[in-house]
Amino acid sequence: MAVETNNKLVKWIEYRLPVFSFYRHFLVEYPAPKNLSYWWNFGSLAGFMLVVQIVTGIVLAMHYSPSATLAFSSVQGIMRDVNYGWLLRYIHATGASMFFMVVYIHLFRGLYYGSYKRPREILWFMGVIILLLMMATAFFGYTLPWGQMSFWGATVITSLFSAIPVVGHAITSWLWGGYAIGAPTLNRFYALHYLLPFVIVAAVALHLWALHQHGSNNPLGIDVKGPQDTLPFHPYYTVKDLFGITIFLIFFCYWIFFDPGALLNPDNSIMANALNTPPHIEPEWYFLPFYAILRSVPNKLIGVMLLGLSVCVLFLLPWLDTSPVRSGKFRPIFKQFFWIFVIDCVILGYIGHLPPIGPAKFYGRIAAIYYFLFFFVILPFVGWFERPKPMPESISQAVLDKKAKRAGTEKA
Amino acid sequence: MLPLWLAGKVFRAQARGPSKRIDLLSSTVSGTPPAHPEGEIKRRDFLFLAAGALTVVGAATAAWPFIDQMNPDKQTIALGVPIDVDVSGIEAGQQIIVAWRDRPVFILHRTPENLKTLKEPQVVNDLRDPDSKQMQQPPYAANWHRSINPDYLVVVGICTHLGCIPHLTKAGAAELGASWQGGYFCPCHGSKYDLSARVFEGVPAPLNLPVPPYHFVDPKTVRIGANPKGSNWSFNAIEQI
Ligand code: HEM
Ligand code: FES
Repeated sequence: MAVETNNKLVKWIEYRLPVFSFYRHFLVEYPAPKNLSYWWNFGSLAGFMLVVQIVTGIVLAMHYSPSATLAFSSVQGIMRDVNYGWLLRYIHATGASMFFMVVYIHLFRGLYYGSYKRPREILWFMGVIILLLMMATAFFGYTLPWGQMSFWGATVITSLFSAIPVVGHAITSWLWGGYAIGAPTLNRFYALHYLLPFVIVAAVALHLWALHQHGSNNPLGIDVKGPQDTLPFHPYYTVKDLFGITIFLIFFCYWIFFDPGALLNPDNSIMANALNTPPHIEPEWYFLPFYAILRSVPNKLIGVMLLGLSVCVLFLLPWLDTSPVRSGKFRPIFKQFFWIFVIDCVILGYIGHLPPIGPAKFYGRIAAIYYFLFFFVILPFVGWFERPKPMPESISQAVLDKKAKRAGTEKA
Repeated sequence: MLPLWLAGKVFRAQARGPSKRIDLLSSTVSGTPPAHPEGEIKRRDFLFLAAGALTVVGAATAAWPFIDQMNPDKQTIALGVPIDVDVSGIEAGQQIIVAWRDRPVFILHRTPENLKTLKEPQVVNDLRDPDSKQMQQPPYAANWHRSINPDYLVVVGICTHLGCIPHLTKAGAAELGASWQGGYFCPCHGSKYDLSARVFEGVPAPLNLPVPPYHFVDPKTVRIGANPKGSNWSFNAIEQI
């Protein structure tokens, strides 16, 4: 994969630091399965959102003061006084929502098509680590405007650690740097909010490294058998990804320009007050399903442990799913439980949003039970007794068959 | 302790005889394959492990300042001194909230009817810890009314679940049903406490609200943060905020 060029400068650089062949190898020649669907666009969308968050974040940081007395008014200053400050903040604030939406779709894609199965386990792990880092980053970011939701969200989440026996108390006071959430907490959260996105960049690099080791999975879930099954990444997938980004930007702009308030909480326009909890506190929508699981357990320690388990179970997925078949397309029974699981997550999210009284509590428990049943019972057992549908011999064979079929129906 | 324990484990494994992995390690270190006979411990192996253990201990020591800097600083701790509050203006049945150590402290002036509910079996049977057995109050408040003077309840108003501030909710409040005798309701995840801030069963909060150290300087004034004479109870001894 040497670079063919007569350009002296390119050759000079290439000899010392082979960036050009690296670029060719990863972004131009890189062979990708020819049958990738639009569900495969969400990886590049996630990368795009990471860049958007970092760029808007750095410019916001130029106007933001991380002190408990000034933080709230500096964010109001960004909204009212800084040129285009409202735009930058709306991009960043709604961008966090877009980022999670894209990553959740990316994750469910992986779940449906078995992308976590051998040999992509480490690729999957890096993805879960990125998700955990994103959650931490978004949590730290959400405290920065220092409104009522910032303050009380941070209180509830840091207090999760107080459930740990014996040392819980010492850990929370260490996290807060005081008797409660306060000025020292805001300062350190800002430092970490600035740092973590760059840790995410490093994790993404490992994620892509692992991806390129065995290549993308595909909707059929069968291995690439040769060049007849693939297309070069450029121009086929560069163009497809750019097209995806364009469509996505239309969606993103709708929220930025027409309805940013839908993704923000009005209580956060009231400055943090340590002596007054808002009547109804709830996290951002992307944490609601996990929050609902926490709330559905009437025991503090167990609730916190199940909350942790609900995310960390993703690490176990490659071993919990016992089926050798990757793609849900060929797994008639798994497929049904998968869609119930998707609906279950939406229900959990909705229940996390309701006040914690009445029948919502009961339905929340049922939804939480299904969440864990799916991972610990359904996935292992379905893999044993389910009989997969017959699979095509190769990717190119499947593509040709489909074409032939279509030609047949057109003739008839 | 951990590095020493690990070193000891590897060391004993070596003493038992060269396992494959350790041979690999020591040969890369020395460059020559260590052809020591079964069971013999080479001086180099010992030095290797001792140096390794010391490095781990040193690294942990160096890390400590970077960890400890996040603990509450001197100024924050200095601001946590006791405060005096005048309670004479609180009408019976009313409550005031004052800030002590950045946290809300409830001072509730209980009516005789309020105090009666504290002994009602209908309430007491539903409590997790009706007799205040858990260390959530100083010994001088470990009684049926969880206070020094039953007329005044003094508690830190931080839900023992995840830190929200519970609301004082009067008897018969619509959302809590007809059997509600009055008490505290936490808006965050629905924990409930009675009028002594004792937690009910079946809610996520595990413990009663903590009672801070306090005493009456005179019948009108409560000093929060300082024990009565003769007690040296430490607030750090409580199970949990
Ligand atoms: C993984 C990428 C990131 C995510 C998911 C993220 C998320 C968030 C969220 C949810 C908020 C609260 C928005 C609001 O309600 O106003 C926020 C605020 C903020 N973020 Fe980020 N962020 C990211 C990267 C960055 C970076 C790299 C910086 C660079 C310093 C940064 C700087 C800020 C600043 C200064 C604020 C406070 C101003 C404001 O509230 O709009 N962020 N972030
Ligand atoms: S914080 Fe009070 S119930 Fe969770």
